[in-house]
Amino acid sequence: MVNDDLQGRKTVIGGMIIFVFVIFVFQLINLQILNTSYKENADSNAFLKRIQYPARGLIYDRTGKLLVYNKPAYDVMVVIKEVEPFDTADFCNTVNIDKNLFVRLIKKIKADKGYSPYTPQLLLSQLSVEEFAVLQEKLFKFPGFYIQNRTLREYTYPCAAHALGSIGEVSQNDIDKDNYYTQGDYAGKSGVEKFYENDLRGDKGVEILLRDARGRIKGKYEKGALDKSPVSGKNLTLSLDIDLQMYGEQLMKGKIGSVVAIEPSTGEILALVSSPTYSPSDLVGRQRSKNFTRLNTDPYKPLLDRPLMARYPPGSTFKVVNSLIFQQEGIITPETKFPCHCGFSAGHLHVGCHCHASPLDMRESLQHSCNAYYCQGLRNMLDNDKYGTTEKAFNVWKKDIVSFGFGYKLGVDFPNENRGYIPNADVYNKIYGHGGWHALTIISIAIGQGEVISTPMQTANLAAIMANRGYYYPPHIVKNIKGAKLDPKFTQKKFTAVDPKYFEATVDGMEMAVLGGTATIAKIDSIRVCGKTGTAQNPHGKDHSIFMAFAPRDKPRIAIAVFVENAGFGATWAGPIASLMMERYLKGHISPNRKYLEDRMSNTNLMPFVTKR
Amino acid sequence: MSRNVSLAKSIDWPTIVIYLLLVLMGWISVYGASYDFDHPSIFDFSQRAGKQLLWIACSFLLGASLLMIDSRIYDVFAYFIFAGAVFLLIITIFLAPDIKGSRSWLVFGPVSIQPAELGKFATGLALAKYMSQYNYKLKGFKNYLPVLFIILFPMLLVLLQKETGSALVFLAFFLMLYREGMPGVLLYLALCCIVLFIVIVRFGDVFLQGANIGSLGFLVSQIFILITELGFILVFEKNTKPVLLFLKAYGIIAVIAIGLNFFIKVDYTYFGYFAIAASIIYLFWISIRQRRKNYTFVAIFMIFSIAYCFSADYIFDNVLEPHQETRIKVVLAMEDDPTGAGYNVNQSKIAIGSGQFLGKGFLNGTQTKLKYVPEQDTDFIFCTVGEEHGFWGSVLVLGLYVGLMLRLLFIAERQREPFGRIYGYCVTSVLFFHFAINIGMVLGLAPVIGIPLPFFSYGGSSLWGFTIMLFIMLRLDVGRLEQMH
Repeated sequence: MVNDDLQGRKTVIGGMIIFVFVIFVFQLINLQILNTSYKENADSNAFLKRIQYPARGLIYDRTGKLLVYNKPAYDVMVVIKEVEPFDTADFCNTVNIDKNLFVRLIKKIKADKGYSPYTPQLLLSQLSVEEFAVLQEKLFKFPGFYIQNRTLREYTYPCAAHALGSIGEVSQNDIDKDNYYTQGDYAGKSGVEKFYENDLRGDKGVEILLRDARGRIKGKYEKGALDKSPVSGKNLTLSLDIDLQMYGEQLMKGKIGSVVAIEPSTGEILALVSSPTYSPSDLVGRQRSKNFTRLNTDPYKPLLDRPLMARYPPGSTFKVVNSLIFQQEGIITPETKFPCHCGFSAGHLHVGCHCHASPLDMRESLQHSCNAYYCQGLRNMLDNDKYGTTEKAFNVWKKDIVSFGFGYKLGVDFPNENRGYIPNADVYNKIYGHGGWHALTIISIAIGQGEVISTPMQTANLAAIMANRGYYYPPHIVKNIKGAKLDPKFTQKKFTAVDPKYFEATVDGMEMAVLGGTATIAKIDSIRVCGKTGTAQNPHGKDHSIFMAFAPRDKPRIAIAVFVENAGFGATWAGPIASLMMERYLKGHISPNRKYLEDRMSNTNLMPFVTKR
Repeated sequence: MSRNVSLAKSIDWPTIVIYLLLVLMGWISVYGASYDFDHPSIFDFSQRAGKQLLWIACSFLLGASLLMIDSRIYDVFAYFIFAGAVFLLIITIFLAPDIKGSRSWLVFGPVSIQPAELGKFATGLALAKYMSQYNYKLKGFKNYLPVLFIILFPMLLVLLQKETGSALVFLAFFLMLYREGMPGVLLYLALCCIVLFIVIVRFGDVFLQGANIGSLGFLVSQIFILITELGFILVFEKNTKPVLLFLKAYGIIAVIAIGLNFFIKVDYTYFGYFAIAASIIYLFWISIRQRRKNYTFVAIFMIFSIAYCFSADYIFDNVLEPHQETRIKVVLAMEDDPTGAGYNVNQSKIAIGSGQFLGKGFLNGTQTKLKYVPEQDTDFIFCTVGEEHGFWGSVLVLGLYVGLMLRLLFIAERQREPFGRIYGYCVTSVLFFHFAINIGMVLGLAPVIGIPLPFFSYGGSSLWGFTIMLFIMLRLDVGRLEQMH
């Protein structure tokens, strides 16, 4: 060897090689084994999870008529990073927007919290089919712009807007609560669409695509083995009879109020009219927000779902319940007579009544809607020694009333039900102090005035209880969910606190009211109608006209409650409307001699004058 | 006995096996990295994997041919080969088209070659030839000058082609010079340069809050210089006594510095400068009084070091180009810009990191297949290995390289003639430089310097260059036995 003294240096060089190797291995351990964030980084880099939206469930009426279906709509998405210079004017013309709006939209996208120039951002939502067709042709001229398919709701009938509800873009709150949703998704916002959202929405599918560094799609990951196909939403069959519904809306035109019709034997809602109303298609697509603002600022509050949310004193319809409770509690029998001298007088207190023959028994009191009878009845009950105190007696009355579905939510299948209001003794104790109140203090609740509040739905439910002589099924609008079971609570009878044996006498009174009392206008040829008028005093204006009824008397097929705001006596407006609807439902047509009634109802405008805000 | 049989017997099979493994794995990795969803066949010659197969076939022919040629031819023609390579490098500067700012490719119709790749083995041969002259010793300016010329002239030509990465590779030959007798202290000084540069650039502008230390970078540099000084003294004197003396002095200075700072704020770096200045004066004084050349060297080292510290910032800001500055800053974690300058390295780390222990499997690497890593079939080819074959695959490949380099060291050392040994060290050094810088870059440990991974990266020039380089060595190794018989 030439230079033996330098032999050792090969070890130094070899050592350097091994040293570098060891450093690399440590860095590999650090990157590949200790640190897992690189794996996540890589996945979010390379996988584009493209959501496939399921078709929303269809909605049918009880006779199988299609009410709500889907139509395709197209969103324009933009990936800012891929946009190359293009003819802006041409683009704006194609999608029918002006250039300033386009500039504003782009600015808005960029200002968005979740903005990324690499991912598709929503530019324009819900192009019409025509706009879509033209844009599709020209899309190659606008690199970076894409079209995303969506579905919109389409309605075969321009009615039942409140019952059907609408869908709208989910809020951040929805997204936080349910991880099903992502930004830009649609979900039910009201009515059936909201309550049955989980059935209607279906399951989203996902397609896992591979995306290269420039955002181009390079096929499916694992050849689609991990993809999931979307599952369409479940179809709903409503208990609604769309013809009856339309008829109800026609009769309620020009009035503020509600109609609720229920099939007593099942609790199924046959019609649910909230007036004034609007067309359900007003709240679809690009005009949704414009129309929503218009409806929301309308002084007549067309968006309010009155059958479920409007709070009225039940008025004289409450006498029906009281007659039952008084019988049950042994205060009266149907034969008990109370006098009435154009009203009920006790000391300084006087509750007026129209003047009629006196004394009346219970049936007659219902027939003539006698105020004095029920004031006397309530007084006898609350002052009765068998309960000990007025307070205790009142709580018994309250318990009985509540068993008829008042004061609490009925548990209908709507998202926004109001519970009404029935006070308990504590409420009065708070107002008047312990022992500071007695029957006469609160006597107006005997005739459905004062503190008691009910919704049209609760009143309709009372009609159904009367029809069933003592029980009800919680009212519900969905008859059938395809591929799923209805909530079992809708098929469970709920009995009231009153023994069914007491009902027949009260029903007698209701029939007498129609045959020869306050509600004769509701009479229908060849059908035994039982009804009760109501006139709820309204501190804000003219009285509300109320009517509840069921028919036929034996094996009733329809129970109904009609509220017309500021329309005066129950018999004048609510009675005829309820009667016409029952006739229409039971007979399929209106007899010629009642056509005049139909015309008068349809063509009268009772909207109170309200200055627009 | 036919010549072929003796060749088969005497050729170094371990090297051949490692070579074949690396080339084959490289080919598969290129296929994975350049995978085209529209052209999925590995044999599609319009695609990079197919082309690489052609380059590989050519390399095998080339390698086989080189084994057939008499080994003495390299000794005889070394200078001619070097001259030819230099000629190619010169004409490249003028003829090469501008490709991404570099003028290093000669285009012959469909084939382009990069003469810089051929310059490496030619330089290696020329160095071997010159340094294996009878009685040549790597000592004295006269003997160093030609060697430096052989290394630096082609390096300059490559620099003129704007191929900084390939030019830097020529520095690898200094490792060979070290083996051949260049003082080790020079390598250590080079290391000092790098360390001081990193410390100053990284921490020069860092001022710790509260502690009154001035620039952190300068304080650390001062400490480093003082420690190096003591190290030199220890090596030269082989005696701990003078070292302890210095340590005591420094200790006293440190205590005074800390004590003083209780009362008035005085920058610690001032004490550092004082310690260094005092040491320099003392060292000069001893060297004059005791005529100790070593002490003079240490004093000069300290003067240059401290001057270098002050100029490092200047070098960084004014000599380096902006993109080079950024690459260095990215490695030193001074700049975190995953979409800009740091994009390559960040994506490269993501690709490798996402491979985890077992890897995603062949062709399942999403990052590489979907082109997230730029240059992933050339300079960043190792990403594919890291992603698809994970930790074990990466370590296997690195192990093969280490095996190859150590084997080459062994082969070089067993040469009877200095020519073979010197050339062998040239090959090892160049391979080591490529290996360290390329893998270091891919793993985010070294700045992005665009040099390929030998045998792995896509490209004919690089593969041919390394094949020629390696097979000349193998032929020389066979020749060693021929002469023995």
